[in-house]
Amino acid sequence: MTVTKRIIPCLDVDNGRVVKGIKFVNIKDAGDPVEVAKKYNDQGADEITFLDITASSDKRKTILNVVEKVASQVFIPLTVGGGISSVSDIRSLLNSGADKITINTAAINNPALISEASQAVGNQCIVVAIDAKRTINTSNKLEWEIYTHGGRNPTGINAIEWAENMENRGAGELLVTSMDKDGTKEGFDLELMQAINNKVNIPIIASGGVGNLDHLYEGISIGQADAVLAASIFHFGTYTVQEVKNYLSKKGINVRIT
Amino acid sequence: MKTIAIIDYGMSNLSSVVKAIEYIAPNEKVIVSSNAVEIDNSDKIIFPGQGAAKNCMKSIYEKKLEGVIKKNSKEKPFLGICMGMQVLMDFSDENNGTQCLSVIKGKVEKLKSQKNNKIKIPHMGWNKIIKKNDHPIWHNIKDGSFFYFVHSYYINPLEKSTIIGETEYGKIFSSVIAKNNIIAIQGHPEKSSDVGLQFLKNFIRIN
Repeated sequence: MTVTKRIIPCLDVDNGRVVKGIKFVNIKDAGDPVEVAKKYNDQGADEITFLDITASSDKRKTILNVVEKVASQVFIPLTVGGGISSVSDIRSLLNSGADKITINTAAINNPALISEASQAVGNQCIVVAIDAKRTINTSNKLEWEIYTHGGRNPTGINAIEWAENMENRGAGELLVTSMDKDGTKEGFDLELMQAINNKVNIPIIASGGVGNLDHLYEGISIGQADAVLAASIFHFGTYTVQEVKNYLSKKGINVRIT
Repeated sequence: MKTIAIIDYGMSNLSSVVKAIEYIAPNEKVIVSSNAVEIDNSDKIIFPGQGAAKNCMKSIYEKKLEGVIKKNSKEKPFLGICMGMQVLMDFSDENNGTQCLSVIKGKVEKLKSQKNNKIKIPHMGWNKIIKKNDHPIWHNIKDGSFFYFVHSYYINPLEKSTIIGETEYGKIFSSVIAKNNIIAIQGHPEKSSDVGLQFLKNFIRIN
């Protein structure tokens, strides 16, 4: 027995309410964050990730309030991402009850933020999100490039080198999303997960592309991910976390079943 | 009504611990304190902590909490969590060696990959605690229950009889110890869902 593979539902939060995803044209209200978080906790979720997509000016206050409420009633690790750009943002989220925060664009704009943040609050709180897209380099070799803004803006940064850089600067985990696969329901980019896993020794959370139970299994068994994050399969009730875990367990994956 | 003091020595985000205790013990008074007198006047002590050993010890000295921690760990129910467990030992290998509080005999060592058993550091996630001895802290908790862990170092206590729970990650390490009125756990009961809340309830029940 060793540490189990984690199953992490991801919730998009807009103005203090859970919504069914940024990608869907008609954003539908999916409920109260406390109720949704409780439901996933009861199903056996190992962690919950909130992605704050609020665009309004009181964004910060709203998400702090959500985190505060959820953390008072749901006692599993809570990760929060979305527009975090300073150590003071991080501290206020942690003080509200978040256990980890996810940083994406701010790390690309200012990589030193990761060093500064991990020094200030500890590596274990800092998750760096990497959105990567496949590309073929001049020697005709497969590579991955980092993109920002939901896959719209290329940065010219090599994703594998970036992963190593972030580990060296103190990232505690990497949340790796394939921009080629995200939203396709075709499964994770397994080669991307493997390529990063071969270079770093911190946990990797695979994200982007989950459509069925086998995809989650492959992410762990072939992609060697330590955790898998999914949104739509849970929100739309395709599978419960429990069903996912029972399936993985039957396939020989070590998961927490209570 | 009992007063439960959560020791704040500036080294960790205490909100999770506070929220969990308030949730399971709504009728008790929960205080977060770095004041030695206030801590000394409490009925039960929770000693959490995150971060690196050297900084933790430095904060404990700066806030002049060494004396009250040592004294209270002998007198009343005392729960060390994560780094709060590690600094109870004599010495930690972290930060090129750090003298700790010497409340429990033994030292703190780093988790390492073993031959044929590559592990990622930190040990982050849910892992089983195997009970080694009976203790009231295990009331209504099944053997092999999952707790949430985040750490890179583990304790190696000299007196093996104090070990009441063990966990495997690269090797088998002591994840829960109990000695007299002290209980200490490497995992985070405040983040371990129902099992963790039961563990904290059991601590509150111990007199």
